[in-house]
Amino acid sequence: MGHSLASKLLQAHTSETVDEPGQIVQCGVDLVLANDITAPLAIDSMERMGAERVFHPERVVLVCDHFTPNKDIDSAEQVKRVRDFAARAGIRHYYEGGVCGVEHALLPELGLVGPGDLVVGADSHTCTYGGLGAFATGLGSTDIAAAMVLGETWFKVPPSILVRLEGKPWRHVGGKDVVLHLLGRIGVDGALYKALEFFGPGIASMDAEARMTVANMAIEAGGKVGLFPADEVTSVYLRDAGRRNDIPLAADEDAEYESSLDIDLDQLEPQVACPHLPDNVRPVYEVEDIALDQVVIGSCTNGRISDLRQAAEILEGRTVAPGLRLIVLPATPRIYRMALEEGLLEIFSRAGAVIGPPTCGPCLGGHMGILAGGERCLATTNRNFKGRMGSLESEVFLGGPAVAAASAVAGRIRHPERI
Amino acid sequence: MRYTGKAHRVGDHIDTDAIIPARYLVSTDPRELGQYCMAGISPDWIKGVEQGDILVAGANFGCGSSREHAPLALLGAGIPLVIARSFARIFYRNGFNMGLVLLEVGDQADALREGDQLQADAEEGIIRNLTTQQEIQVRPLPDFMRKILESGGLVPYVRKRLESAA
Repeated sequence: MGHSLASKLLQAHTSETVDEPGQIVQCGVDLVLANDITAPLAIDSMERMGAERVFHPERVVLVCDHFTPNKDIDSAEQVKRVRDFAARAGIRHYYEGGVCGVEHALLPELGLVGPGDLVVGADSHTCTYGGLGAFATGLGSTDIAAAMVLGETWFKVPPSILVRLEGKPWRHVGGKDVVLHLLGRIGVDGALYKALEFFGPGIASMDAEARMTVANMAIEAGGKVGLFPADEVTSVYLRDAGRRNDIPLAADEDAEYESSLDIDLDQLEPQVACPHLPDNVRPVYEVEDIALDQVVIGSCTNGRISDLRQAAEILEGRTVAPGLRLIVLPATPRIYRMALEEGLLEIFSRAGAVIGPPTCGPCLGGHMGILAGGERCLATTNRNFKGRMGSLESEVFLGGPAVAAASAVAGRIRHPERI
Repeated sequence: MRYTGKAHRVGDHIDTDAIIPARYLVSTDPRELGQYCMAGISPDWIKGVEQGDILVAGANFGCGSSREHAPLALLGAGIPLVIARSFARIFYRNGFNMGLVLLEVGDQADALREGDQLQADAEEGIIRNLTTQQEIQVRPLPDFMRKILESGGLVPYVRKRLESAA
């Protein structure tokens, strides 16, 4: 019996023989990540473990992206702790301030993750790197502390669900629509403890950024990883990020999957997830005309340059509806500069948007765009749990950048073709 | 590992933002986090909880972020044990690593009601509902997780490994 991509990636990192799903294996890790919320707890755990050194200072990455620029004294103190730890442990990949971006947009563009890698991060959206063919998953801070110290961790070999993508998406349909549609079909626990493996001719029409958007939300289905096989599109992206010599792996032809489903990209409409779960998904035309108070374009899901280009295409020469706040947060300093050089920031500014710094900020209700009671927001982020972006009485809708831009212009949820 | 306490029920897909909203993540102190336990459902939820009470949840408990503050908030609120239909995977690992005991019981979770007096033996794998006199058998823990629990959690497990390597 052949092996899935998930099994093969784990096999490449363990001396044990990977036989079947459910088996527990010890794996060496290539990269360990934590952020300003989760690193302080990991540092606490390391101290209690009696550990002073990390397994490899070049293979630990600390990104203080959640509350940047630090929103209050407490968050500043947390960052200070992480900064001091990085200095003490000799960790070069420490990011804050003007070199800091949203971690899952930052690491790929810095060339720190690639196909065949095994990456663990104290952040649930670490699964983003599956878009590049890495086995990447989120763990808690103490698991991360153990991985930082030992350079290894345990995994239960996941069964895989095969998601076959056919066809080519229409204009204004992107990675976010693919993954929201998938969530609507399988639910927020549809891939619980499992790997989602994307496959099929439809993949060729998706750029690396769209694939990362899809992989990013695997966790929203409870998934351990969301994996794309690496191909020529991946290679080009990685070359731009300065990586060489990656050895991509692929699933065996006769790999066994627990289940499979097909998505026909030709038939896919722009999608929106309604409050208060990411699987409460409708095609946008079914929820049009719901009035909005705020639109946020950014995050590890949809704050990359291709997302900003899609939004700018719709916002060019148009203005945001009166009374609506549009907040645009390029996910990294490099994306910010590209948007500046390409004239996108001018388009956003002329349209009436607030342009903020790279930060996770409003996505998790941290800062820079918090909702009051009764307010409604459409965001290109990844979670619409009750109270996620502010008041427990507020509502969050999730959509892609084209729907977000069109909705900002209309003041209501709107199909990008209908403005 | 035996626990006796009153059951508090919550529904399906209780996410980590419900267990501990992100605005409180500027602390790592369980007692402080415990004051805001379930503040994402209602700020008053915690008022009905007493030390040693047991949380009973539906499917996919702890979905969402990887924040370890979620099991810490539960522990800080005095809850030593969560029984659920199923758990989200990161939360499941975090719970054990923090010393919060988690029992996955599938459909049997439906038989446990708000206010029921429960007794659970995590090693034996039995939950007794003292109010209804029903008994629930629990799936055995994977061996590896038992080893970590026997060490007293992940921190002492790694500490021991480092000491034996030194």
